[in-house]
Amino acid sequence: MTRNRPFLSILFWLVSSLVTLFPIYWMFIVSAKSRVELFGAPNFIIKTFFSENYIKTLTDPTFQKYMFNSIVVATTNAALVTTLALFATYALARYKLTGKENIFFWTITNRMAPPAAFLLPLFLLYTQVFVVGDWKLFDTRTGLILLYCVFNLPFAIWTLRGVIEAIPSELDEAAYVDGAKTWQVIWYIILPLAKPGLAVTGILTWVFAWNEYLFAATLTSVHARTITTGLAEFVTVTGTNWGQMAATAMLTLIPAIVFLALVQKHIVAGLTFGAVKG
Amino acid sequence: MRSQSVGWLFLAPTLLILFVFGVWPFVYVTVISFFHWNSFAADPTMRFAGLGNYRELVFDKGFLMALWNTLKFGVFAVVSQIILGYLLAQLFMKDFPFKGFFRTIHTLPLMIAPVAVGATWRLMTVPGLGPIPYYLDKWFGYEFLISRYVGQAFLTTVVMDIWHWTPLVTLTLLAALSSMPKEPFEQAQIDGANRVQTFWYVTLPMLKPAILSAVFIRLMDAMRTVDEVWMLTGGGPGAATRYIGLYIWRVVFPKTDYGYGSAMSLITLYLTIVLCWLLYAGLVARRDLRKPE
Repeated sequence: MTRNRPFLSILFWLVSSLVTLFPIYWMFIVSAKSRVELFGAPNFIIKTFFSENYIKTLTDPTFQKYMFNSIVVATTNAALVTTLALFATYALARYKLTGKENIFFWTITNRMAPPAAFLLPLFLLYTQVFVVGDWKLFDTRTGLILLYCVFNLPFAIWTLRGVIEAIPSELDEAAYVDGAKTWQVIWYIILPLAKPGLAVTGILTWVFAWNEYLFAATLTSVHARTITTGLAEFVTVTGTNWGQMAATAMLTLIPAIVFLALVQKHIVAGLTFGAVKG
Repeated sequence: MRSQSVGWLFLAPTLLILFVFGVWPFVYVTVISFFHWNSFAADPTMRFAGLGNYRELVFDKGFLMALWNTLKFGVFAVVSQIILGYLLAQLFMKDFPFKGFFRTIHTLPLMIAPVAVGATWRLMTVPGLGPIPYYLDKWFGYEFLISRYVGQAFLTTVVMDIWHWTPLVTLTLLAALSSMPKEPFEQAQIDGANRVQTFWYVTLPMLKPAILSAVFIRLMDAMRTVDEVWMLTGGGPGAATRYIGLYIWRVVFPKTDYGYGSAMSLITLYLTIVLCWLLYAGLVARRDLRKPE
């Protein structure tokens, strides 16, 4: 085996980290400069922080609405998905249900399908079928929340599967023998033990919902637009106001960075989709 | 003791949501694909078309071009990601100071919204602002203009995808590598295998399931890439980076050609499945023939 050379390996990881971080850093630089400062040779150092890009975005009522929508959609979706997935996974892990392996596999196929294949039928369903009187599912936050379940639920179930199966079923059995009801078993035994797994699942679900663009762009028009659609509008509508676009993009990726710091220890199991038992 | 019905009750909401928002659209798109239906056309009603839409697809140059470009994009991106991801995963297996910190940094691109990734790379490459065109011109006198040169635009989308998704491959392979038993490697060393032989006959076969799942996940994702590329190039120059998802979305929605769009969506879905199946058959089945286990 090769000798350990800490200096060389640190140097390698520093360079590699620089390459990884550079595009984000550059975006930050652009976001902190005024239009005039951006002309000429690229300058990688910030002398004065031009906060107007951020202030303009943050005080824009349209953007505030988008941000609010994104927060509501992502949070509700994460809570809903984590709760539903906990019950579904518990049922699949602990009950002898006919065809449960098929159900497991079927849930994941929901995630494999390219969204482009579903855009059109969903658009038609939302505008023409899921309609009650004047109300349609199109352009509502509810519509987005329910739809995001389609790709987040399979993810949550597959991540939680390992978590729940790791809890010895003897614990449940003992509680049942002592006369506990099903809800008590879930509340007092499963929930406390699965808490870290649930937290990671919830956070990653939140990030996926926050990041989603294609469905949000297709299935909303005015009221339920999210922050990612707002960012995309920037490119097409305002064209070359790079500073403000960069500021908006920075605001979009802040939650992701914060959450990454929170879950980084558990992220291997989470993001690899349970594909590999680690 | 515990009745099955409680279990089904727990599953019911999940199955209901997946059914209404997953299965129903799929059935719907299948039905529509057999109809001519364009709400802006002279006759906006649905007319049965049989296989008409599918027949049209086979001769649709734009669609075939988009499909071919997507495939090229997917293969270039995924192959690079697997190689790079494997190397990084192997390096992460060693012990070095600040490992957790470096791993977090190398996971970061994964968490960023695809739209924001597209924005980032647009800022990197836009002429008159981005450092890439500036320094390529200054140091090498090379004109870098992704809004004009097809090859450069294609390459930039591939590089962007590599930057965004290599971390996923690294993490997948890292998880597999760290759960591998040590004995086969020790045995190989005793038997006097060199590095290449160890890699080829020990690491690779054991890593295969993980590599395969990484390839599948990535290939399916690459086949449906829309957001990043839309932000970076808008599908241009011309239609060079108008990958299939973008093609369906941008070409069909403004035209409201629902029947045709449905057929296109379904074909894309089937091609993705067939591609993964072929890969699976080619990579797994052949191995099984050679070395039955």
